[in-house]
Amino acid sequence: MRWFWIDRFTEFVSSSHATAVKCVSLSEDHLQEHWPGYPIMPNSLVAEGMAQCGGLLVSEIYRFSELVVLAKFAHFSVEGEARPGDVIRYHAKIEQAKDFGASVIVTGDNDGQPFSSADIFFARYDADSSENTRGRVLFNADDLRAWIRVVGVFDVGVRPDGTRLRVEDYPHFFQKYSSANHGDLRTGV
Amino acid sequence: MSSVSSKSEIFSKVQEALVDALGVDEDEVTPQATLQGDLGAESIDFLDIVFRLEKAFGIKIERGELFPEDILTNTEYVEDGKVNAAGLSKLKERMPFADLSKFAADPNIQDLGKQLTVQDMCNFVEHKLAA
Repeated sequence: MRWFWIDRFTEFVSSSHATAVKCVSLSEDHLQEHWPGYPIMPNSLVAEGMAQCGGLLVSEIYRFSELVVLAKFAHFSVEGEARPGDVIRYHAKIEQAKDFGASVIVTGDNDGQPFSSADIFFARYDADSSENTRGRVLFNADDLRAWIRVVGVFDVGVRPDGTRLRVEDYPHFFQKYSSANHGDLRTGV
Repeated sequence: MSSVSSKSEIFSKVQEALVDALGVDEDEVTPQATLQGDLGAESIDFLDIVFRLEKAFGIKIERGELFPEDILTNTEYVEDGKVNAAGLSKLKERMPFADLSKFAADPNIQDLGKQLTVQDMCNFVEHKLAA
C-alpha cells in the first residue's frame, strides 16, 4: 500500500487554494482491515488526505524546495462515513503564510455533502533548523517529485493571475531533487 | 482598532485564540494561567497562537517578537544554561509586556517559556496595539 490519500488535484491556485479528489475503492486494504465486514475509510486517513491536499499547496509557496512538515491539527471533524464508491473532494485554502509556516483551512465534501473540516498548521522545517540539520529531507526526493506530477499539480496548477504553473519555473526543486544529486540526499532526521 | 480595544476586549480575543489553538476550555484560560504549564502549549503551538493573534487583532508579529529565542541561543547572553545579566537586560528590553521578576531569580533558559502567562499575552497585544 502506498501512502497516497488524494488521487489528483482538480484545481490548484498558487498561494491561494486547491481542490483534490479522493475516490474510495473497495479494493483498498484499509477498508478490509479497519472494521472487518463494514468497510469504511478510517478518519485518520481522511485527515491524512486533507493534510496532503493542503501540504502540497503550502509546499508550493516555498517553491517545493524546502521541507514543509505537518505541525498540528488545531481542529478536525468528520460527519458521516466514507464508503466504497464515494468521491471525496478536499478543498484547501491558505489562511496565512509566513516565513516559519502556514495555516490552511481544509473542508471535505462527500458526493457534494459536507463531510469533513480541518484547521491545519504546517511548519517550514528549515526555518528552525541548525547548520547540522539544514537541507535534510524526510522523503525520497524522486518519489516526491513523481508524486507532485502524478497528482496533477502541473496539469491544473495556475498562478493567481491565471497563467499556468510550469515545471521549469521551479529550477531549484529540479536541481536539488535531480537523480544526479540523489546520492547526496539524506532521509530521515 | 487599537484605540477601541479595551483590556476586557483584548482578554476575550486572546482567550478565544488560546481556546482554538490549544483545545482547552474557556474557563481554563484565566489571566494567571501559564501557557505551557497550565494550558499545555508546546513550542509549535506558539506559531499557531501568533497566527491567531495576528488575525484577531490585525497586527503583524515578527519572528522572535513574542518569544525571543535568539537571545536564549546566543552564547553572549547565556552561560551554563542560564541567562546572564546582559541577557536579562536584553530580555527585559525585548519583552516589556512580560513580568520577568520570577524568571530573573533563577534564569534557567528552559523556564522562560514555562512562566509566560495569559496576562503576558494580553500585555503583549496591548503593547503591539499601542505601538
